[in-house]
Amino acid sequence: MCKTATINKIIPMSLVDGPGNRTAIFFQGCNFNCSYCHNPETIKKCINCGECVSHCPVGALKMIDGKVLWDENKCIDCDTCIKVCPHGSTPKTYEYTVDDLMEKIEENIPFIEGITTSGGECTLNFEFLEKLFIKVKSLGLTSLVDTNGFISLKSPMMEGLVKAADGFMLDIKSMNEEEHINLTGRPNKTVIENAVYLASIGKLQEIRTVLIEGNKNRETVENITKLLQPYPNITYKLISYRPFGVREEFLQLKSIEKKQKEELKEIAIMNGIKVIDC
Amino acid sequence: MEIFDKVEDIKREVMNTLENQSLTYEQQTYRLAKIAENIMDYPVSKDDLFYEMYNEGKICDLDEGHAPYAPRYILPDYEKLLREGSEFLRLTPAKNLKQAINSLLIFYHHVPSITRFPVYIGSLDTLLEPFIDEVNDDVIEEIKLFLIQLDRTINDSFCHANIGPYETKVGNIILDIIDELQNVTPNMTLLYDSEITPDTFAEKAIKASLNTANPAFANLSYYKKDFNEVPFGIASCYNALPTTGGAFTLSRIRLNKIADDSKGIDDFINGELPKVVDTLVHFMESKIDFLVNKTSFFKSSFLIREGFVKIENFVGLFGVVGLHECIEILSAKEGKTFVLGTDKEAEELGIKIMDKVEELVNKFTSKYSPVWNSKFMLHAQVGAANDKGTTAGTRIQIGKEPDLYQHIRTAARLQQYFPSGTGDHFPFESTAEKNPKAILDIFKGAFKLNMRYISCYKEDGDLIRVTGYLVKKSDLEKFNRGEQVSYDTVQYAQDPLNDYGILERKVQNV
Repeated sequence: MCKTATINKIIPMSLVDGPGNRTAIFFQGCNFNCSYCHNPETIKKCINCGECVSHCPVGALKMIDGKVLWDENKCIDCDTCIKVCPHGSTPKTYEYTVDDLMEKIEENIPFIEGITTSGGECTLNFEFLEKLFIKVKSLGLTSLVDTNGFISLKSPMMEGLVKAADGFMLDIKSMNEEEHINLTGRPNKTVIENAVYLASIGKLQEIRTVLIEGNKNRETVENITKLLQPYPNITYKLISYRPFGVREEFLQLKSIEKKQKEELKEIAIMNGIKVIDC
Repeated sequence: MEIFDKVEDIKREVMNTLENQSLTYEQQTYRLAKIAENIMDYPVSKDDLFYEMYNEGKICDLDEGHAPYAPRYILPDYEKLLREGSEFLRLTPAKNLKQAINSLLIFYHHVPSITRFPVYIGSLDTLLEPFIDEVNDDVIEEIKLFLIQLDRTINDSFCHANIGPYETKVGNIILDIIDELQNVTPNMTLLYDSEITPDTFAEKAIKASLNTANPAFANLSYYKKDFNEVPFGIASCYNALPTTGGAFTLSRIRLNKIADDSKGIDDFINGELPKVVDTLVHFMESKIDFLVNKTSFFKSSFLIREGFVKIENFVGLFGVVGLHECIEILSAKEGKTFVLGTDKEAEELGIKIMDKVEELVNKFTSKYSPVWNSKFMLHAQVGAANDKGTTAGTRIQIGKEPDLYQHIRTAARLQQYFPSGTGDHFPFESTAEKNPKAILDIFKGAFKLNMRYISCYKEDGDLIRVTGYLVKKSDLEKFNRGEQVSYDTVQYAQDPLNDYGILERKVQNV
């Protein structure tokens, strides 16, 4: 297996990635390609073409042995490298071993109650995550996974990860198959199966849907909340779409009206799911 | 220092006060009394080193007044009041909630302090809980009216109430209604102990404090280690003091001004600092001598006579400000640029300085304060007028704050020196409201590192904690325009908010 994982960002203090104060870790690379992705540069991994190196205004990028290396201390976060990347990726990542990452996490004790892994799509690094979570647990911290749910969590290879994680936060982009493919480039069958599976074993912490005008929001909210009705203690984050960080070609997307959102909230609440308005 | 050389000077200042349209009648009266007091001589002779050090800014007596005639902070035994009543005030033991609140409100009116208002009004939950069987609309209404009465008549947000560590009906009612009330008074502290205080109750307190800057959190188990068996409460800004007692006086040293006159670290530690500390402790002792021996308070006040306070439970507070700048100045003199909060070396120098301050202050034995082994208590003073360029207590300078975890680690190490109070306050992005548990996690972490006192408020709220006390931004805007505001504290908030950058504190992004 791969001993390292590519990490895009570590946020030592996050109040928005699960319950309590958590360190959020964003992995590079995703198996979806959502039109409204807020950090589209995390989707593809860097292929070391080196195009960005000469564009960096402060010399924070270097090509060494065929690899683009990023110097965080020199970087001024102007994101020129991301803008010029012909591949839609970013050179601003680090390779971490589990032990390196643990060191970073331990720096934040005693202020955090756990970590949340996100992305990109963190479950692409499932073996890495399993090892990481076991070590995290030994420190008395919890591990949550923020995932798009595309890889079946019921499959035997994912068993270790599901066991080691304390909970999952799952994006329900759309309950309508065709719309889901339009939004993400992938079908939603496994996502829905994963939602029910995780709920049935008490590990579905939270689901969320980004609400965009013109989408079948009602169908999504109605169907997923009905499906999850038998399971207690799941929160549903209904997120109004905001255009921050989104690729130019998708900037025309709009959020839904406040009134429509209230209706969706009511539907979810009627089906017994707790709603957080975001 | 207000010195009147001629009668004409006094008359002019009296007239200025009478003409001042931004002062209420009460505020004018208070100012007139202060002018009268300041006609008197200082409690140390005219050739004392105190005056020179005062003029150099190394020592500051907080303009307490030349001739103190009541202790600065008084923490009466309110349990005794409710249990036994007061002969002087013709109050009988309280039998129900209405009587308890009535007795307290009457009593508060008779508790002096440096601000003329009570700086400590007791542990409200412990005091009132015995009078509540069930929570109903009447009980909530009575407590709400009680809080409104406090805010509108005690016109000063140094007035401090305590709640906790136990979850109580009264504590819950207070936390439920303070958002709606949006009061500056009283300042409130939750005496927090993770072993005793339920998380849900603490989270409710965090949520309230994001919206109202109240309550702040005090690390109860850590304070208990200092106070042992001595009962104590949190008064004024964040001052931990013995109850049935209080503080005679508070004076302070400005470490940065002392550093200015030092040749380097060694000269500061072994030359300048000892001289200044020695001068200040003797000044404080003279002041206490005057208060205790010359004035009437400890001889004839009903508070003493009836045992609501006892002289042996009063302490002298030795205040410290300007550590941040002191470290910068001293390191510059050694050819370095150490910044507190960023450089480990700065923190170590801070520890070295505070170790010395503690040692020097403890060398002095007072004739008073058996409750504190006849020593003065160290206090991280929050700041006052003329403090531009001097950061409160041992805080990290605004604008130089590191990330929150590092900030807390540094602050916690430096808070250890101050059993009589210190604190750090952090504004958060409003989104934090959705996850109060996260801030509780951070506070718990801070307390594990022996932080004494911490608070939060949300960046875009009206109520904020200035240095220790509360103020409404909207009230300050009124006062800046020359309009009257009912409480005094807004005057003290003018410099910190307009000039010292309190509104520029680093906001914690979530």
